Amino acid sequence: MIPTIPQSRSFRLIYGSYVLLFFLYLALPLTVVAVFAFNDSQFPSLPWEGFTWNWFFGEDRPQIGVFHERGILRAVGTSAFVAACVAVLSVCVGTTNAFLFNRYDFRGKGLLYVLMLLPLVIPGIVLGISILVFSSTLANGIWDLAQMDIQALRPGLLLVILGQFSFITTIATLVITARLQKFDRTLEEAALNLGATRLTAVRTITIPFLMPAMIGAVVVAFLMSFENFNTTLMLVGSDAPLTIAMFDRLKEGSTPLLNAVSLLLMLGSSLLALVVILFQRR
Amino acid sequence: MRSHARIGFILLLTPLVLWLGLLIVIPHIDMFLISIRERISFGVYETSLAQYEKALTEPLYLRTFWRTAVMSVLATAITLVIAFPVSYYIAKMAKGRLQQVLFMLCLIPFYVSELVRTFGWMILLRETGLVSTLLQWAGLADQPVEMLYTDATMMVGLVYTSMLFMVVPLVTTLESLDDSVIEAGYDLGGNGVSVLREIIIPHAMPGIVSGCIVVFMLSLGNYLTPTMLGGKDSLWFTEMIYNQFIVRSNWELGAAFGFMLLVLSSVIVWGMLRLTGRTLQETMG
Repeated sequence: MIPTIPQSRSFRLIYGSYVLLFFLYLALPLTVVAVFAFNDSQFPSLPWEGFTWNWFFGEDRPQIGVFHERGILRAVGTSAFVAACVAVLSVCVGTTNAFLFNRYDFRGKGLLYVLMLLPLVIPGIVLGISILVFSSTLANGIWDLAQMDIQALRPGLLLVILGQFSFITTIATLVITARLQKFDRTLEEAALNLGATRLTAVRTITIPFLMPAMIGAVVVAFLMSFENFNTTLMLVGSDAPLTIAMFDRLKEGSTPLLNAVSLLLMLGSSLLALVVILFQRR
Repeated sequence: MRSHARIGFILLLTPLVLWLGLLIVIPHIDMFLISIRERISFGVYETSLAQYEKALTEPLYLRTFWRTAVMSVLATAITLVIAFPVSYYIAKMAKGRLQQVLFMLCLIPFYVSELVRTFGWMILLRETGLVSTLLQWAGLADQPVEMLYTDATMMVGLVYTSMLFMVVPLVTTLESLDDSVIEAGYDLGGNGVSVLREIIIPHAMPGIVSGCIVVFMLSLGNYLTPTMLGGKDSLWFTEMIYNQFIVRSNWELGAAFGFMLLVLSSVIVWGMLRLTGRTLQETMG
């Protein structure tokens, strides 16, 4: 079943159409979401009432566009803030982790490595509730001891950031470790021979080498955080990130406004993904 | 120099230990401790297994637990069966530019939030949706057809959502299979089926295992798809956790549910690794 082995015409035809069907299946839901963002109707469904840009730029009820809808804009801002924090934090910790696992041999290294992988196999909801439980235990403990109410430990943005950070760091660590393993240690040694201190050598030789992986990890972490739903759902307070805000609206019934937001999300994330791919190819 | 290395080591170890300790290990221990206590009166708790007893004797809880497990296994199997031929096509049949483009096309839908993907299925399958209208137009149905809120729809959504995590590891392992090995199989008198069974599948095993583990985890822990696409009867275990925690504020029972989910997923992941003689490091790392 490779091109060099002759296959009957009908087999190739069936196989080809199966693959085609598969890609139709992949494209179908997204296409539908995108197309109905332009439907001039209150509902994202047939009949097609004509083409409109109102769900993007409309200023008056009932067709308020994305760019004039305060709730959605605020949620986008919240999501972007959370995602930026998570991306920076997880890539910093991911980098230190990569150096630790790559450069040092110590007792318990294997165990720590497995522990580091665990967040990937823990369901997102369970990660969320465990952090929720622990932070409220802490908050209650502090209240009992000092009569202080630490708002930061109650559901809210800090917990959302920590919850997402807890598993995105694993991914950042894996991405950066993979690149560090390809690094030629003799380059660093050459710098040391030429009189650089260890820190200077790492800063001027190793970190620039790691840069593509680190930028890749920042973008992946940003996207994962922006899209995260399960962990966020358990930890969210009054400021809802975009996915939660959209979920709440979707439960109440949908208007093409949500299609417009979705289309913008698709464009935004494809653009980011493209940037990463181009950057890594260079 | 040695003390230098020691300071560096400690500096690098600290973030790792803080992260794993404060956000993974201690919270899970705390969750376990909450799950084994029972509220006696206001602010008074006693250690007991009452929550687990409740979870294991109440038919609704137990039924949902097993249903979620079985449906997740089913979703994983369906995803594997659908993804394998496609991955093989991308890895072995398509060449050059076409191969890259097809692989990219697989990735794109997953850069978009799961919410958007689920929303797409809702637009397609609801009573006033595209498929229903199409069926009426074609004369196959004489009234609107509601396709949401059934197990089959939920399955479509689950398979769709985790497809990528099966395709990527499969393509990666299949690509590393040398064409000449397959040719040798044919030269030695094998046919399509025996080559597939004796050469291709054994070679793809690492990809199959890691794909299955990730897809299973994602299905088991999914909340959105069962909530939005599933019906009243297709309650998912994660929905019960959410209900106990957020709606009922019964954290003890919710924590017990969470722990049960964790044990279930660990057992199945461990079983899959055991069955194929692989370690977590090889599969995930």
